[in-house]
Amino acid sequence: MIMTEEWIDIGTLEDIPRRGARVVKTARGDIAVFRTMDDGLFAMDDKCPHKGGPLSQGIVQGDSVTCPLHNWVISLRTGEAQGADHGCTRIIAVRLEQGRVLLSWPGMAIQAA
Amino acid sequence: MKERLVIIGNGMAPGRMLEKLFELAPGRYAVTIFNAEPRVNYDRIMLSPVLSGEKTYEQIVIHGDGWYINHGITLHKGTRVTAIDRVAKTVTTDNGLVEPYDKLVIATGSVPFIIPVPGHNLPGVLSYRDLDDVDAMILAARSRGNAVVIGGGLLGLEAAAGLAEQGMQVSVVHLMPTLMERQLDPAAGYLLKKAIEERGIRVLTGANTKAITGNGRVEAVELEDGTRIAADLVVMAVGIRPNGALGKAAGLTVNRGIVVDDQMRSSDPDIFALGECVEHRGATYGLVAPLYEMAGVLARTLVDEPAAYNGSVTATKLKVTGIDLFSAGDFAEAPGREEIVLRDAARGVYRRLVLQDNRVIGAVLYGDTGDGAWFFQLLREGADIAEMRETLIFGQGYAGGSPLDPMAAVAALPDEAEICGCNGVCKGKIVAAITGQNLTGLDQVRAVTKASASCGSCTGLVEQLIGLTLGGDYQPAEMKAMCGCTDLGHDEVRRLIVAKQLKSIPAVMQELEWKTSCGCSKCRPALNYYLLATWPGEYVDDNQSRFINERAHANIQKDGTYSVVPRMWGGVTSAKELRAIADVAEKFNIPTVKVTGGQRIDLLGVKKEDLPGVWADLNAAGMVSGHAYAKGLRTVKTCVGSEWCRFGTQDSTGLGIRLEKFTWGSWTPHKVKLGVSGCPRNCAEATVKDIGIICVDSGYEFHIAGAAGLEVKQTVLLCKVASEEEVLEYTGALMQLYREQAHYLDRIHKWVKRVGLDSVKQQIVEDGERRRALFARFVQAQKHAQVDPWAERVNGAFAHEFKPLADLRLAHAAE
Ligand code: SRM
Ligand SMILES: Cc1cc2nc3c(=O)[nH]c(=O)nc-3n(C[C@H](O)[C@H](O)[C@H](O)COP(=O)(O)OP(=O)(O)OC[C@H]3O[C@@H](n4cnc5c(N)ncnc54)[C@H](O)[C@@H]3O)c2cc1C
Ligand code: SF4
Ligand code: FES
Repeated sequence: MIMTEEWIDIGTLEDIPRRGARVVKTARGDIAVFRTMDDGLFAMDDKCPHKGGPLSQGIVQGDSVTCPLHNWVISLRTGEAQGADHGCTRIIAVRLEQGRVLLSWPGMAIQAA
Repeated sequence: MKERLVIIGNGMAPGRMLEKLFELAPGRYAVTIFNAEPRVNYDRIMLSPVLSGEKTYEQIVIHGDGWYINHGITLHKGTRVTAIDRVAKTVTTDNGLVEPYDKLVIATGSVPFIIPVPGHNLPGVLSYRDLDDVDAMILAARSRGNAVVIGGGLLGLEAAAGLAEQGMQVSVVHLMPTLMERQLDPAAGYLLKKAIEERGIRVLTGANTKAITGNGRVEAVELEDGTRIAADLVVMAVGIRPNGALGKAAGLTVNRGIVVDDQMRSSDPDIFALGECVEHRGATYGLVAPLYEMAGVLARTLVDEPAAYNGSVTATKLKVTGIDLFSAGDFAEAPGREEIVLRDAARGVYRRLVLQDNRVIGAVLYGDTGDGAWFFQLLREGADIAEMRETLIFGQGYAGGSPLDPMAAVAALPDEAEICGCNGVCKGKIVAAITGQNLTGLDQVRAVTKASASCGSCTGLVEQLIGLTLGGDYQPAEMKAMCGCTDLGHDEVRRLIVAKQLKSIPAVMQELEWKTSCGCSKCRPALNYYLLATWPGEYVDDNQSRFINERAHANIQKDGTYSVVPRMWGGVTSAKELRAIADVAEKFNIPTVKVTGGQRIDLLGVKKEDLPGVWADLNAAGMVSGHAYAKGLRTVKTCVGSEWCRFGTQDSTGLGIRLEKFTWGSWTPHKVKLGVSGCPRNCAEATVKDIGIICVDSGYEFHIAGAAGLEVKQTVLLCKVASEEEVLEYTGALMQLYREQAHYLDRIHKWVKRVGLDSVKQQIVEDGERRRALFARFVQAQKHAQVDPWAERVNGAFAHEFKPLADLRLAHAAE
């Protein structure tokens, strides 16, 4: 596992199905890493703002995901619930570098140590 | 003495650079060029027309021998530079020449990437880069044999089209699910595949090459899935790699390519690099437009004029006659982006623009690429498009054009397309009746043609046909759209899938002019079901269009764990099964074991990672998935019946087991539950099931359309039959009719309410022939459906679904 100061390598883009997600387990809880139809990458806490449903298990459509528990639709860009619902999930920074998926969040290094 | 300028490589980039240089400072440099290829500078881009026979080599030469003489250039054809000595400032060639330089330009282009599968170096395996490759391909094509092109990108497809033009039987093998996936989105990729196939070229996507085989010469290509394709010629066109080897050996900074600054200077101030071998600001390029920009910058740098290269946005076109596609910029989804989509199925047109902050940042055009240059200009200029957003997608020439016609899909149907499935009426017959007999309304058309006279699912389409035929006078009733992605309703979509033979989600979306590029969570699961039900054994299920329960084959719980419900045929179990369930519960620490309302046992609170292990143990004891999560057959509840009960009239338990073994695994619009009670006391609650059988002395009452959920519905009696065989036939026929006619997410009672009990009675009870045909189709579909999804996953299918991508907790603990 490659570790830089603030980014952590969690795998390759191909490991995540298109219009799907995979889970990264961390000491602060699960993180959902999404890949859209067009290979857009997004990451956020794997927790719906409604009742904590695992968003990684939802259906990905465009750049949002439908929570598997009660169908709230959460924006992958902002983590915010769409439509009439209110609430927000915490976004995690993610980037792609030469086919590798890298994650970063505040305090990650401290936790990792 | 003149300064000595030495150039390694004589491709398109240095050719353009020299033209500029001679314009700016005609006599300044004494130029020497070394070229590994034994020829002058030619238009590499035009190799495909040479391959297809549309052009000759002479027609694509850029600089003939005379040009070199006129400019006093020493051109060493067929001479490869093997080393650069940066201290002595000389280059050495493969034939022993040592040439001194004051300024050196490396322009060695790219090398084709060769996948190192077994057999990749057999004679008959070619890459596609230069004229020698083209000559070899044309020679091989004389045999009119089989060619396999590995790689469905730009080069691969041009090679395939050229070889087909030369009379070869061509197959394209592509690793990704859609062609040219780096330049096109799936919708455009679908259209491209169709166009390529129309030229008689076979296209295999999602195909991984395992080996190239042959005895002394290529004979076949073998794929990972066991497919073997005969081949007299194999062209590998899977990508290119910047050719930075010389630079690297000379100690220059080389990453993916030779690293240059904005003046095209390498890490050595007297050495420049140009073209595909270059890496500039982390980017490498494989198209000429950016290389020509670099060439201009380098020419000015060499005459000490200020100039800077700032990187390029590129646009792609495919040079296959008759195929028009264009793509530019970035069309991945990302924060702050929106899309505009336009589809015209009749003309095979697809356009998609990706916008960010009111600027075009990406464009994909297929079929009608006339506006490509305009969109590309808007993109490069970063023009603000807020003012013309509404009409932007129609292109530059838009002058108040008409909105899309929602009836286009129906208008485009061929005459023989079947509109009414119940009565087998095709489009031509309906149109002929309307015009021939001056019909003016739905009731008349129904009376004359019988179209939409049974279940009524095709009413919308028939109305559209009347509207189309009569013109503006007729107002069809508004259709209830499936979702925001389309104006068509469920019935119309279902009928059009059959009539137009649509066999994939991208095909449906293009041909029926979806308004989004890839649908939503409402339409995708519905389309996936409709395709699966229409083309059993042929359609490949789209897992990502399924709700998590069906994707993971277990029910998600409120805390993100899953529940596992094995089948317990007819509610009957055994000591062995119960023991296996108990063992599994203990082994995997499953917190709750509960008897369900469906006469079987639920293991609740299973961790997702544990699912394959739990299933493996249950499989070992002979148990399979109970599909407690599926829009499909759930349970068949039974009572003890004549075997034990003092009132039992028939073997209700045995019949229930037979029915469950017959119907399990089938995908349906919503869940389906059956019940079989041994007498009218109805201990199996059969009268609140989708299909309920009540045994009586004289035979079996066949009830349908019950439910006991959000709405409680008592079943209605459809008919009475005499034997178990008939119960099975009626059940299969009814399930198939439901599968073919219902809207996704309607249970049987809702479907029956919509189409009318009479219509169902007519087709299942009165029309014996139709019943038997429905039954036969159900049996056929079941052949593909009765595979235990748990066993498939225990054997490794969809493994990624059950594993976290990374476990940082463990990693940290280990460090
Ligand atoms: C486990 C079980 C309750 C129990 O502990 O007994 C159950 C549990 C759920 N039911 Fe049920 N139903 C169960 C028997 C029933 C029954 C009774 C029956 O089948 O005889 C009914 C009423 C009969 C009927 O379906 O008409 C029933 C009517 C529903 C409904 C309402 C359906 C409707 O058309 O109105 C839903 C919601 C839905 O399907 O959309 C539902 C949905 C659910 C779901 C799947 C909710 C969900 O979407 O997650 C629950 C899943 C829990 C899980 O993880 O297993 N469950 N559910 C029963 C499983 C039966 C089985 O062995 O497969
Ligand atoms: C079939 C085909 C179709 C294409 N179609 C398009 C298209 O439609 N649009 C588009 O924009 N681009 C297209 N391209 C890409 C385009 O041709 C290239 O981007 C361009 O030719 C690269 O120019 P270059 O000068 O960098 O390298 P090249 O043209 O590859 O020239 C490099 C030269 O250097 C020589 N060389 C290498 N090493 C040495 C050495 N050690 N000593 C001496 N000589 C050496 C090579 O023999 C070669 O002749 C196509 C390419 C191919 C192969
Ligand atoms: S009745 Fe409601 S709470 Fe109980 S299992 Fe069914 S859906 Fe869940
Ligand atoms: S927990 Fe996500 S919608 Fe309820």
